Amino acid sequence: MKLTLHIWRQKNPQDKGRFVTYHLDDADEDMSFLEMLDVLNQHLIEKGEEPVAFENDCREGICGMCGMMINGLAHGGMKGTTTCQLPLRHFKDGADITIEPWRSRAFPVMKDLIVDRSAFDRIIQAGGYISVNTGNAPDANTVLISRDTAELAMDYAECIGCGACVAACPNGASMLFMSAKIAHFSLLPQGQVEADKRVKAMVGQMQKEAFGACTNYTECEVACPKEISISAIARMNHDYLKAFWPGRAVGGGKHVA
Amino acid sequence: MKLDAHIPSGPLEQKWTNYVEHVKLLSPANKRKHTVIIVGTGLAGASAAATMAELGYNIKAFCYQDSARRAHSIAAQGGINATKNYQYDGDSVWRLFYDTIKGGDFRGREANTYRLAELSSNIIDQCVAQGVPFAREYSGYLRNRSFGGALVSRTFYARGATGQQLLLGAYSALSRQVAAGKVELHPRTDLQDLVVVDGKARGIIVRNMVTGRLESYVADAVILATGGYVNVYYLSTNAMGSNATAIWRAYRRGAGFANPCYMQIHPTCIPHTGDYQSKLTLMSESLRNDGRIWVPRKKGDTRDPNSIPESERYYYLEEKYPAYGNMVPRDVASRNAKYLCDQGYGVGPTGRGVYLDFRDAIKRLGMDAIVERYGNLFDMYERITGENAYETPMRIYPAPHYSMGGLWVDYELMSTIPGLFVLGEANFSDHGANRLGASAMMQGLADGYFIIPNTIGQYLAGITQGDVTTDNDAFREAQDTVQKRMDRLISVNGTKTVDTFHRELGHIMWDDVGMSRNETGLKDAIKRIQELRAEFWENVRIPGDQHDINQELEKAARVADFLELGELIARDALARDESAGGHFREEHQTEGGEALRDDEHFQHVAVWEYTGEGSEPVRHIEPLEFEWVTPTQRSYK
Repeated sequence: MKLTLHIWRQKNPQDKGRFVTYHLDDADEDMSFLEMLDVLNQHLIEKGEEPVAFENDCREGICGMCGMMINGLAHGGMKGTTTCQLPLRHFKDGADITIEPWRSRAFPVMKDLIVDRSAFDRIIQAGGYISVNTGNAPDANTVLISRDTAELAMDYAECIGCGACVAACPNGASMLFMSAKIAHFSLLPQGQVEADKRVKAMVGQMQKEAFGACTNYTECEVACPKEISISAIARMNHDYLKAFWPGRAVGGGKHVA
Repeated sequence: MKLDAHIPSGPLEQKWTNYVEHVKLLSPANKRKHTVIIVGTGLAGASAAATMAELGYNIKAFCYQDSARRAHSIAAQGGINATKNYQYDGDSVWRLFYDTIKGGDFRGREANTYRLAELSSNIIDQCVAQGVPFAREYSGYLRNRSFGGALVSRTFYARGATGQQLLLGAYSALSRQVAAGKVELHPRTDLQDLVVVDGKARGIIVRNMVTGRLESYVADAVILATGGYVNVYYLSTNAMGSNATAIWRAYRRGAGFANPCYMQIHPTCIPHTGDYQSKLTLMSESLRNDGRIWVPRKKGDTRDPNSIPESERYYYLEEKYPAYGNMVPRDVASRNAKYLCDQGYGVGPTGRGVYLDFRDAIKRLGMDAIVERYGNLFDMYERITGENAYETPMRIYPAPHYSMGGLWVDYELMSTIPGLFVLGEANFSDHGANRLGASAMMQGLADGYFIIPNTIGQYLAGITQGDVTTDNDAFREAQDTVQKRMDRLISVNGTKTVDTFHRELGHIMWDDVGMSRNETGLKDAIKRIQELRAEFWENVRIPGDQHDINQELEKAARVADFLELGELIARDALARDESAGGHFREEHQTEGGEALRDDEHFQHVAVWEYTGEGSEPVRHIEPLEFEWVTPTQRSYK
C-alpha cells in the first residue's frame, strides 16, 4: 500500500507546531495503524530525522495509552477500536491520511502526538474509588448483585481512560469518562454508600480542569473505543441532582457548582 | 551469596499464620516515619502502594506510563483463581497449592506456593469490596469457570478484561491514597539504577521522561514490582514498554537472579504475519474451555477447514491427554502445537498455526452463549485478522507470554540485597518452572495486598537507618554512572535502529532459547548475543536530544539490558541440563515427548550472581525440599 501522511509535528509545548507530509510506499494492509507509524519512524531514523513521537503500550486496545485524531476522527472512526488495533485494511491504497494529537484545552500537547491527560487522574483522585482499606472486606458472596446489574456496571467499568471522548467532543467535555466511573460505582451496593460525596467531588474537580460542559452532542459515545453509552451521563446527572436533595445525609461533600 | 529462604517452621498450613502472629510490628507513629519507594504500578505495585499507605507508610510510587492505570497487568484477560469452592466441586487450599506446584513441575517452593493458595480467597473479597464487577449468576452469586491445568472451576472473571478490572480496583485504592497525601506519584519516570548504601537498598535513579533529566530518590526500602521480561524475544504478548531494566540494574548491584530460563510460551495467540509486526496478541486461554484444537491429519492440507471431515481432523490434545484434553497446562499445549507445525501439519499462510474451533461449542451451547462468553475476543480476532471466527476456526500459535524467573526473594519477598523487595512477575517465587492460567494476577495481588504489608515491617523494625540523603556518595556515583551510559548511547550515532537490534536479538532467542533448546544451539546463541551486543554499542543510531522526550533513547536503554539478560537466560538454560515445565531441553524428554526432569541433580533454584562487566556470572543453588508433596512425573493423560 502507498499512503500520504500529513502528521502534526510539534517539538514541545512552546513550539507552534505544523503539519509535515510524508510518503510511505511500503505499508501493508495487515499492519495495524501504529505498525504503519513504526515503519515510517524507522525510515525517518535511517534518514537521520527525528521519529514521530506517539504514545502506546499494550497494543491490544486495553491500556488506553494510544490515541490520535485520524482524518478528524478519534482513533480513526472504526467502531469500537483503538488506534493500536485499527487495521490498515480500513484505508484505501493511495489514501491521504491526516494525523493530529487529541485536541482539547485540558490535554496540552507535549510533543508531536503526545498529550498530557493527567487531568483524568486528578478526577479519579477526587473520588473515583470505594473507600475500603485492605483487610476490611467481608466474604465476596455476602452482598448479592443481580447479573443484569453486574453486567451493566461492567459496561461502564470498561472505560480505558484514553481521552477519545474529550477529543471528539466539540466542547472538550470529560463527561463520558467521568460518568462511566460514577455510574459503575453507583450501580453497585458497595458504591452506594459514598455515592453523593463521590459525584460532588468528581464533578467539582472536573470544573477545576479545563474541560468544557456537556451539551448532548453525543460525539463521545460514537468515538468511544469501548462503546460506552451516554446513559452513563444521564445516570451521573441523576446522581448529581439527587446528592443535593434537601435532607440527604451526606458527609464531607459541599456544593461545588 | 547467602541464600536463606527464611521459611517459617511448623506445619505447612500454619506457616503464614505463625509468621504473621510473630512478625515484628511498627507502631502507627513509627510507620509514619518511614518512606518506601515502589517502582511499577501494576497489580503488585499498585496494591502494595495503596495498602502500605493505608497502614501509614509514606510511599513514593513510580511508573513509566503517563498514568498509574496503564501497567500491563491491565491486559490480563481470563481470570483469577481462588479457593472459594463456591462451585462445591471439591476445591480447597490444598488442591490449588498442589495444582500450582505440580503445574510448576516441582520447581517451586512449597511454603510460598501454599501461602499463595491460602491468600487467594481474601483477594476476591477485597476486589469485590472495591467494586470490581465480576461475572455473576442470575441469583446474584459470583460465577466461576475452569482454566488450563485444573479439574475444578475456581476462576473468577470480569468478561475478557479481568486484569483491567482488578488493576482499576488497585488504581482506585492508590488514587485514594494520593488524595490523602500518603502516596507521591511519579508517572513518566524510567528507573535507571538502584542505589545501595552500606549494603542496603536506599534509593533509585530515574530518568524523567519529559525533561530527560536524571533524578535521585531516597527511602528506607525499595520495592520493585516491574513485571516480566519476555520482551527479550522482541515479539511477545507484553506491552511495548515492558522491560527488564529495573531488575537487571538491581542484579548488577548485587541482587541474585533466579531461574532466568523458565519462560512461558502461551499457546493461544494470533499467529505472526510479517516483519513489520510489533507484538503478538494473546487470545485468552479461557477459549480452550469450549474451543477444540486440531490440525488436519494430512500434512500441508490447504483445504478450507470447514470442508475437512471429522475423520481427517486430528484433535491432538484430546487424543493424547484424555483426562485434561484441551485443558492441559500451557507448556504442554504450546509444545504440541510447535511439534506438529515443525512436522508440517501447521495451517494458515505461514504454516505456523493450529485451529481453535468453536463449531461444536456453538452447536452444543448456541450462538448466544458463545457470544456472551467470548464476544470481545472474537471481535478482537476479527479486527486483527479480518476473519470471522464464528464461521471459520481461529488460527492460533504460541507466543512468549510470562517469565517465571526473576529476582530471587526469600519468604518475606526480600532479595539478596537487604531492603530491596521484589513483587509479582519480577520475582521468581511462586510458579516454579511453569505458571498455570489465572495465577499471575493472584500472585501479584497476594504479594501487594497481603504479603509485603506484613513482611516489610520485620525489616524496617529491625534496622537503624543512617541519615542518608541524595547527596550521599552512592547516589552521586549511581547518577554519574547512568549519565555516562546515556551520553554513550547518544554518542554512538551508528547506522542501525534500536528496533533492528531488538528484532535480531528476538530471532536468536526464539530460535535457540525458545520453546525447545539444546546444548549446541544454546552455546551458539551465547556467542551470537555477545557479538550482537558488541555491535549495538558501536552501531546503534539514536536521533534527537537526551534532554527531551526521546522514545528511541528510552528503548535503547532497555534493549541494551535485554542484550545482557538474553545471554544470562541462555547460560541458565545451558546449565539446567534437564527439562522442567517451560524449560524444554531436547536431550531430556520421555518417549512421549514430555519434559523429563532430573530431580537428583536439578531439584533446586539456580541463582546467578553478577561478577562484573565481561566476567562470567556465578551460579548458586537453593535446594528445593519437598516435605509435604512428592514430586512425580507430571501426567495430564
